Amino acid sequence: MIDTTTQRPTRTIRATVNGAPVELVIEPRDLLLHVLRDRLGLYGVKSSCDVQVCGACTVLVDGAPVSSCTTLALEIDGKRVETIEGMATGNDLHPIQQAFVDKAAIQCGFCTPGMVLTTKALLTDIPRPTRAEIEAYLGGNLCRCTGYWNILDAVEDAAERMAGEGAR
Amino acid sequence: MIGVFDIARPGSVAEASALLREHGPDAAIYAGGTELLILLKDRLLEPSLLVDIKHIPGLDAISLDPCGCLLRIGALATHREIERSETVRAALPELAATEANVANIRVRHAGTIGGNLSFAEPHSDPATLLIALGATIALESDAGRREVPAEDFFTGFLSTAREPEELLTEVLVPTVEPGTTVIYERFKIHERPSASLGLVMDIEGGKIGTARLVVGCIGERPVRMIRAEAMLAGQAPSPDLFATAAALVREETDPTVDAFESGDYKRQLAATLTLRALERATGSGATGGAR
Ligand SMILES: Cc1cc2nc3c(=O)[nH]c(=O)nc-3n(C[C@H](O)[C@H](O)[C@H](O)COP(=O)(O)OP(=O)(O)OC[C@H]3O[C@@H](n4cnc5c(N)ncnc54)[C@H](O)[C@@H]3O)c2cc1C
Repeated sequence: MIDTTTQRPTRTIRATVNGAPVELVIEPRDLLLHVLRDRLGLYGVKSSCDVQVCGACTVLVDGAPVSSCTTLALEIDGKRVETIEGMATGNDLHPIQQAFVDKAAIQCGFCTPGMVLTTKALLTDIPRPTRAEIEAYLGGNLCRCTGYWNILDAVEDAAERMAGEGAR
Repeated sequence: MIGVFDIARPGSVAEASALLREHGPDAAIYAGGTELLILLKDRLLEPSLLVDIKHIPGLDAISLDPCGCLLRIGALATHREIERSETVRAALPELAATEANVANIRVRHAGTIGGNLSFAEPHSDPATLLIALGATIALESDAGRREVPAEDFFTGFLSTAREPEELLTEVLVPTVEPGTTVIYERFKIHERPSASLGLVMDIEGGKIGTARLVVGCIGERPVRMIRAEAMLAGQAPSPDLFATAAALVREETDPTVDAFESGDYKRQLAATLTLRALERATGSGATGGAR
């Protein structure tokens, strides 16, 4: 577990990322954000505040929202990771994504992957959340464009759509 | 980028403690990492070994003793687990509600109670309430276990009574009798609270029995307001009494001045939270406000 050229400690991790198995040799110090972006090309994972305040780097690990900027990549060993790239099925957007589009809940789009994934976690926990529950759950996802109202509307809309068609 | 380190995953407290003893200041305990990884990214700390305690079995347990009088919260229990624990909700609903308002969903999901208390960052929500509740903190090493009252655990800014080779393993929280009210109030406009207040008070026959009143977040550590507590004991609740208590708290607090708030402003927050808590405890006045 010491790399012979760099003399640095390494670990092999195995995880499922957006449904596909991956095996990677990483260093213990590698952050999940960098592994997802730089090793796996998942650029929907955004880097912003770097201190777990803004939510732009949110991914789901075993269904729970995680700040990938402040999570060691080795923590995903044996786990299931979802990023925004895994939400749509072919050209069909996930109902949460479709709700964000239809409600104009996106402006510059930088916070959107984190918003959508956090919404997915919320609706898994609480399929029909109240407005207050949505505000509380999404309180750690910052958006500097929309003023939030359209996002809250989109989450409500997504909850309705998913209740209608059965969660996927 | 974070400096190079290796990581160990001890399977027991004794093993973790032995590693800490062996590596001294080169080792750092790693739980949820919500505070630690920020220090590492900023290179404020450059350990060569992280001692990942998350794989020690049983350290995340939450249980109520058969007497119903003592809640045990394992150090690795996350804020989210405490918030959602039926045991905590039933035994001490205000503690569960306090945990539900810590940080954001991601930090609550990763961050542990043990990490929160061990780090002793002054703006901790649970620290203030746990001292008011008379909680005890269990510390364990390969040399044994000791218990420290929460009010003696915090010794200053980012410093505690914990020895370097000790792990915080458990928080022991006495539950309260039916007539006792447990209240947590805070004022928060930044990422973490600006001021917090914990109050545990019982009222019998129209008189206050004992009151434990703790002010947190405004100084280096949460502090019991001994003078206000003594003044309240044995008195009949009234607006005048509460105003006197708030005035005493204003005098008794010792705020640190920082870039965000002046000392006077913090004293004012503490006095206002005192009033709110006492009013809420007695069902009087306009309660609530920003939490
Ligand atoms: C954006 C943000 C917002 C926050 N908001 C709030 C808030 O509103 N209210 C609040 O109360 N807190 C808040 N916090 C703090 C949060 O509660 C703590 O970060 C978290 O609980 C720390 O636990 P951890 O397991 O992540 O600790 P780690 O980061 O793993 O460790 C923290 C420190 O404690 C040590 N340590 C960890 N576990 C133990 C143990 N069992 N025994 C001995 N030493 C140990 C580590 O060595 C390290 O020095 C916030 C944090 C962030 C990043």
